[in-house]
Amino acid sequence: MTIAAPNRSMSKIIILGALSAMAEAAARKWAEQGAHLLIAGRDRARLEDVAADLRVRGGIADIYEGDLADIDAEKSLAEMVGQLGGVDVVLLAYGVLGDQKLAETNPAEASRILAIDFTSAASWCLAVAKVLEAQRRGVLIVIGSVAGDRGRQSNYVYGAAKGGLGILVQGIAHRLAASGARAVLIKPGFVDTPMTASIPNKGLLWAKPQKVADIIVRAGMQNAPAPPVIYAPSFWRWIMYVIRFTPSFVFHRTQL
Amino acid sequence: MSYVLRNDALSWGRVVRTPQSVASPKFRQDLTALVAEQAGASVLPVGLQRSYGDSALNSDGSLISMVGLNRFIALDVAAKKLRAEAGITLSDLLKVIVPHGLFVSVTPGTRFVTLGGAIANDVHGKNHHRAGTIGRHVAKIGLLRGDGSRVEIGPDINNDLFAATIGGLGLTGIIEWAELSLTAIESSQLDVEIVPYGNLSEFWQLAAESSETHEHTVAWIDYSAKGPNFGRGIFSRANWSREGDLVPHDDRQRLAVPIEAPSRLLNSATINLFNRFYYASQKRSAGVQHQHYAPFFYPLDSILDWNRLYGRRGFWQYQCVVPRRTMKDSIEAIVNEITRSGQGAFLGVLKTCGNLPSPGLLSFPMEGATLALDFQNCGEPTLKLFSRLDAIVRDANGRLYAAKDGRIPKDMWLAGYPNLERFVPHVDPAFASDFWRRVAP
Repeated sequence: MTIAAPNRSMSKIIILGALSAMAEAAARKWAEQGAHLLIAGRDRARLEDVAADLRVRGGIADIYEGDLADIDAEKSLAEMVGQLGGVDVVLLAYGVLGDQKLAETNPAEASRILAIDFTSAASWCLAVAKVLEAQRRGVLIVIGSVAGDRGRQSNYVYGAAKGGLGILVQGIAHRLAASGARAVLIKPGFVDTPMTASIPNKGLLWAKPQKVADIIVRAGMQNAPAPPVIYAPSFWRWIMYVIRFTPSFVFHRTQL
Repeated sequence: MSYVLRNDALSWGRVVRTPQSVASPKFRQDLTALVAEQAGASVLPVGLQRSYGDSALNSDGSLISMVGLNRFIALDVAAKKLRAEAGITLSDLLKVIVPHGLFVSVTPGTRFVTLGGAIANDVHGKNHHRAGTIGRHVAKIGLLRGDGSRVEIGPDINNDLFAATIGGLGLTGIIEWAELSLTAIESSQLDVEIVPYGNLSEFWQLAAESSETHEHTVAWIDYSAKGPNFGRGIFSRANWSREGDLVPHDDRQRLAVPIEAPSRLLNSATINLFNRFYYASQKRSAGVQHQHYAPFFYPLDSILDWNRLYGRRGFWQYQCVVPRRTMKDSIEAIVNEITRSGQGAFLGVLKTCGNLPSPGLLSFPMEGATLALDFQNCGEPTLKLFSRLDAIVRDANGRLYAAKDGRIPKDMWLAGYPNLERFVPHVDPAFASDFWRRVAP
């Protein structure tokens, strides 16, 4: 009898926003490779559910409870890295879609979306960049969105935050290029997650979180350098190419 | 907006097209609020909706899709115990436990069912004569009732409610998680023997001798065979192998049926052709072979969404079980009726069941023989054939399987399940299904 031994890489991975569907799907794949995961999020009971699952799948899973949009990123990151004894991958996956219509009339909603999806995320990214640059290795993976590629009436506040975050990650990737560390922005298209659960009857453009998770895990591999911006799935590169270069006099007639 | 009206929440047979109001929670903590939200109406927990008829639909109320609750909770390899959320699929579960040398003690003919669905239908498999139904291997269940209370139930704790929940079609509450007793395997391979048989009496003989020597037995019947070939088929029997590695299956290289096929694709000519081809190809592979568990247990799982081949009108499955005393006569009468009708489709399955009792009050199998066959939905002619089959099954004191049914006459259901009287008091008033509204006493 031989046991198919999992690849015990023991990667040290921090997931910011581990309760998101894409993050959890990626965490499962890392756990199956035997990774040591530190999963961070707001709800302890839910984190416990996720962690128990990751342990059965073969990973080591610790929990970090906190409101990531509202804590000192640099200090908290230092604690997390200390707890893990180093870090190989940081995945930033939290965010809110927000209510676009409400944001147009209520500045508090607009500020909330921008504060969570851009301001707080940016401070985490900068804190991670500092750590990775110092250790000259490791990967920062950030979940952006195709919504950040062109402002559209249906979700431009969210899009602005994700677009801004994308520019920041691109800049970090540039900064880290010489160091041996990396930063990668993943831009998912339509993903079947709780964030989009109210949309019924999803068609061919929709991807499962597992599909995006495959792309995330591949982007985090130490010896397989990924490009700094990855569309997930990859066909979104071409869709967004068309959307970005559609002239305004055409674009403005659409309901997109 | 937690419930969404969807027209893609179909049962496996795709006959009923009523849109369903569906919630898709991701965490167990979400369930209480979802049940409370429907107070006054009804909910039904559902998994991958592999039930063929209307037992996984709730057109007058709402569905709670459990597939997002798919986490492991604990695995004790030495004790061979696994606890997981109810929405985990057998496919995902096996991928994790097989490398540890463990397997589910009972598996149905598809790995694309959820743990909760398997328990709520008290599924059986090719090893029924050795292991009984899955209900015999459930150590504990966490059940959420309509009033928001949570109870643990099992063979030795709240065992009345446990007996009602095993095979209870989701009507006693939401199975949030379950703990299974697993079986040890030494390899992910089986030693499979394919034995063509020429008629039904050869089948009975093979079934009787194989249940002594083989853990897994099943037979396929060629319903297109007439005259001297009547009742012919392919018997397959297997034991877990001691040779080989513990590599689980892989879901990645699967064919898919992307859209509904034209309704005329499957007709008696193409089906006859398929059956003949299948018989001939299986006959050629007669003998013993070393085979991975995936093609042996789950032959149709290699084609994703194969149910779409039946087209817009969908299809039915007729699965009955008849008691041992008269099984030879009843099965012959049924096969005869189906063959004469020329309506049977692919992969008619025939299997003898053993005498191991299930804890479930509404468990389907009984000691005897079970027969299952798919039928394209041709409307009236199909339903008339079913009525003729019903008459044979009733005469034999047999019964039909709720997981496969979409049309059973109420009196036949009531006659087939003598424990219904004990079951009904455990039905939670907050839960209902289309099936239950049709057949409830």
